Amino acid sequence: MHEVSLAGGVLAAVEAAAERERFARVNVLRLEVGRLAGVEVDALRFALEAMTPGTCLAGARIEIAEPPGRAWCMNCHCDVSLAARGDPCGRCGSYWLQPNGGTELRIVDMLVDDA
Amino acid sequence: MCVVCGCDNPGDRHDHQHGHAAPDAHVHADASNGDLHYGLGPAGVTVHGIDQGRTVRLEQDVLGENNRHAGHNRQHFAAHGVRALNLVSSPGSGKTTLLCATIAALRERAPDLPVGVIEGDQQTANDAERIRAAGAPAIQVNTGKGCHLDAAMVAAAYGRLPLHDHAHGDSPGHSHSHDHNHEHEHGDSHSHAHSHAHSHAHSHAHSHSHDHEHGHEHGHVHSHDHSHTHAHAPAHAGAPQRPHSVLFIENVGNLVCPAMWDLGEDAKVAILSVTEGEDKPLKYPDMFSAARLMIINKIDLLPYVQFDVERCIAYARRVNPSLQVIRLSATTGEGVDAWLDWILQGGAAHDPLAERISALEAELASLRALRQRDGDAA
Repeated sequence: MHEVSLAGGVLAAVEAAAERERFARVNVLRLEVGRLAGVEVDALRFALEAMTPGTCLAGARIEIAEPPGRAWCMNCHCDVSLAARGDPCGRCGSYWLQPNGGTELRIVDMLVDDA
Repeated sequence: MCVVCGCDNPGDRHDHQHGHAAPDAHVHADASNGDLHYGLGPAGVTVHGIDQGRTVRLEQDVLGENNRHAGHNRQHFAAHGVRALNLVSSPGSGKTTLLCATIAALRERAPDLPVGVIEGDQQTANDAERIRAAGAPAIQVNTGKGCHLDAAMVAAAYGRLPLHDHAHGDSPGHSHSHDHNHEHEHGDSHSHAHSHAHSHAHSHAHSHSHDHEHGHEHGHVHSHDHSHTHAHAPAHAGAPQRPHSVLFIENVGNLVCPAMWDLGEDAKVAILSVTEGEDKPLKYPDMFSAARLMIINKIDLLPYVQFDVERCIAYARRVNPSLQVIRLSATTGEGVDAWLDWILQGGAAHDPLAERISALEAELASLRALRQRDGDAA
């Protein structure tokens, strides 16, 4: 499953940062996974928790923010919320939508310990 | 005055949790007597609401590493006039058969056009064998447990295709950029010979060769970075240009994961056969949004199945209003000409100006939304 690949990517990025910034342990890891990013958050959390023992992420609290989906409706010229791709505009019913929020998949920051 | 919170009731045993910032995140203030305790952290007493440590801001895209490789691939393909197409679909949609038919048809239409294929599957080299039998070079990438190809795999496979040499031979008047990342992890000690030769006979001739002997101890990770920089004048943007070569990447049969993994391709082509459900585009919106072209395959079977082509196209346009569609049958050849046109004209068979306009409209839309959101927040 690709959430495992994504978790691997997160771990690799954190370990690279640990070497660069010289910290030993992460206490809190903050991620952003938008509702339109196509990622199953529970699966990602599960995969991360499975991979962290023995790494600098062991024991870290993982906080995952899930920004809501938003899109610009090119029919009624409004910014609207979008629960899922393929949904119509909540105001006018058109499908002519350009997603512009909730597509993030990123590591925001971490609270780390140097010792 | 209380030394912890500066309030005026030093005699009282008062709670210091009244909204002031702790002098130092590592300090725990004892509420009963005002004692300050340093150095307590997760190993000792945990203080509710105060986290230890310094913040390291990353703000990094999780797929950043893959996107970096994809960016290199894309630059390389653009510099060498390679039309790279990422074919995605469910297993069994007819991708490989379509590719074999395409290779044969391209040989008729454009016999001098080099074609190569990167085949992705969990296991077996069956598909690559079929492609080679059809007359095009192919490299099989077996992902093992993996469910999609990633950009690094594509870079490695592309480097092994004779297409790669063609591209260098046929493009005069430029220098090129080349990133060879070799990573080796070895559990046992053994020696490893590695050679790589590269030469160009054209106006900016340069040759480049490496010979490496490696003896490794176990647990040793070894990586090389070979790069030389690159300047290239791209052909005028927007005009459909005939490619110097075509690279087909047949992704692992999976309508979910490949949508997220950029390989550096020109375009994703989603293949849907009429023996599947016509509502697939609604069920797998991420994939159909990410694709530029949808091929409806096996149309020769339409008389025997309940598949409403117009409804399928309407569903697909719901998740992706600018999706292009080609209907074809790899076995009878119907529609294959239109597909070849699309490949050779860079998928701009309809109107490059319209494409530019919609790209600008999308950008304008995003900016307007940002402004509106800021306006709402104010």
